[in-house]
Amino acid sequence: MDNLYREVILDHYKNPRNKGTLDPADYSYEDTNPLCGDEIRIDLRVADGRVSEVRFSGRGCAISQAAASILTEMVENQTLDDVKALTKDDLLEELGVPISPARMKCALLGLKALKAGIYGVPPHDEDL
Amino acid sequence: MTIERSTPPLDVGAIRADFPILASSDARDQRLVYLDSAASSQKPRAVIEAIDDYYRESNANIHRGVYALSERATARYEEARHLVADFINAESPRECIFVRNTTEAINLVANAWGRRNVHQGDLIVVTEMEHHSNLVPWQLLAEQVGARIEAIPVTPDGVLDLDAYARLLAQEPKVVAVGHVSNSAGTINPVAEIARQAKAAGAVVVVDGAQAAPHLAVDVQALGADFYAFSGHKMLAPMGAGVLYGRLPLLEAMPPFLGGGGMIRKVEIGRSTWADVPARFEAGTPAVGDAIVLGVAIEYLKRIGMDRVREHERDLTAYGLARLGEIAGLSILGPRNADARGGVISFDVAGIHPHDVAAILDGHNVAVRAGHHCCQPLMRRFGLTATTRASFYVYNEPDDVDRLVEGILDAKRIFEA
Repeated sequence: MDNLYREVILDHYKNPRNKGTLDPADYSYEDTNPLCGDEIRIDLRVADGRVSEVRFSGRGCAISQAAASILTEMVENQTLDDVKALTKDDLLEELGVPISPARMKCALLGLKALKAGIYGVPPHDEDL
Repeated sequence: MTIERSTPPLDVGAIRADFPILASSDARDQRLVYLDSAASSQKPRAVIEAIDDYYRESNANIHRGVYALSERATARYEEARHLVADFINAESPRECIFVRNTTEAINLVANAWGRRNVHQGDLIVVTEMEHHSNLVPWQLLAEQVGARIEAIPVTPDGVLDLDAYARLLAQEPKVVAVGHVSNSAGTINPVAEIARQAKAAGAVVVVDGAQAAPHLAVDVQALGADFYAFSGHKMLAPMGAGVLYGRLPLLEAMPPFLGGGGMIRKVEIGRSTWADVPARFEAGTPAVGDAIVLGVAIEYLKRIGMDRVREHERDLTAYGLARLGEIAGLSILGPRNADARGGVISFDVAGIHPHDVAAILDGHNVAVRAGHHCCQPLMRRFGLTATTRASFYVYNEPDDVDRLVEGILDAKRIFEA
C-alpha cells in the first residue's frame, strides 16, 4: 500500500494545484462517486481553442483529489481537441501508482467530470 | 475491563481453527484480520462442508418430486425452517419465510402487507439511522400509495430520540420500521419498548434484524415484532438465504409478493388462488441448499450460545472503544458504552479520508469497510459522507484490534509525514 501513497499522490493531496472555482467558466461540471459520496467539480476557461484556466474543487480521498490535481496540470494550455483525446490510461500513467479496481472510480472521478463538462453529458466509465 | 460476565469466555482459538479463511496470510506473511462481518461473515468448515454435502447427497427440487431424493431435500428444507423458528422463538415455523436476504424480506413486507394496509396520507415512521434497505422499500411504497414518511431523529450520542418518537406516534402511523442494531453507529435500539408504544398507537412494527440476529439472542415474541428480517450470510451461512418472520395472522391476511410456481393453490387462465403460508411467499425454486445450510450455521451458533456470542463481542467492542479512543484525531460514532452497542465501531480520522484509511489497513491485511454503509441519512446527520468501520464476530480477538490500531497509526504517519 506504501506504493499507492507515493510522494506524488501525497504531495498533490496536501498541496493541490489549481484548486478552486472559476466564475464564469466556459465549461463546468460536478460529479460524485455514489459509492463514497466523493465530489469533484472541474471548471475550464477556453481561449483560442486552448484551456487558458482550469480549477478543481470538491472533497474526497487522496486518490480522487490528487488525480484531479494532476489532471488539471495535464490539461493546462492544451487544445480542446487534445483534452478530448485524453484517455484514462494517460491519466493513470501520470499518476504512476497501481490503482486497484476498487479505487479506479476515485482515480477517474476528475476526468469524468472534465469530459462531462466538455461534452455536456457524463461519459460511461468504460468510455473514458 | 469492568464489565460483568454471565457466561464463560469463548475459546476464540478453537473457533478460529474452524474458519479456513482466517488461516490465510498475504504476500508479506501478515495474517488476515477480518473486521467486516457486519457486511458478511466468514464461514466455518461445518458450513462449507454442509454445502458440499447437500449438492453431493440431497440436491433436488422440493415440494413436488415423489422420489426419495426430493423428499429428502424437502424434509431438510423444512427442518431448517424449524431451526430458524426455534432460533428466534417464533410461535410456529409457518411464520418463517425463506427469502434471499433482509432487503428482500423488507421489500416483501412493504409490497404484500404495505400495499394492502397503507393508504393515501398515511404515515410511515422510520429512523434516521436506518440502513437503506429499511428505508427505500418504504419510499417506493409511499410513492405508490401516496403515504408520507417521517424519521425518528438520532441524538448526538447516536441513539433514537424517544420523545420525538412519542410525538410521531401521536399522528397514528400505520407502520414503524426500525433497525434492531445500527450497522454504522452500532446502537442497540430499545425495540421492545418501541414496539410496545407502536402497538398502543395501532402501528405494525417491522424490525430490520440484519445486525442483531447474528450477534445476540433474539426473541421475536418478547420483542413484540410483527415482522423481523435477517440475512443468513451475516451469520455464518452462505449468501442466498435469509428470513422474514411475520406474525401468522398478519401473514395469512397478506396477498403474495411474487407470483409463480409453488405459491398457488389453483390456477386458471384469468385468476389463481394462493397457497397457505409460508409457501404463498416462496414463489419459484428457493435457495434450498442455502436455507438448509443456514440451519447448520444456526446449530453452530447455538453450540456456542448466543449469550456468549454477545458477551464476547461486547468485551471486544469495549476493548476497541478504549484502544481507538487513545488515538488523537479519531472520533467514534455512536454510544460510548459497549453495553449499549453491537460489535460495530465506525470512526473518522481527522484529515484522512475513510477510503485512504481502509486502503492503508488493507496493506496491513486488515479488512475493514469504508463508505456510507448504506446509511446516508445518518452520515448526513453527523456531517460526514463516509466513515471507516470495523465490525466483530465470534472469531475476532483483542490482537485483531491491536492490528487495527497499528494500521491506523501507520495511516497517520503516512499522511502526517
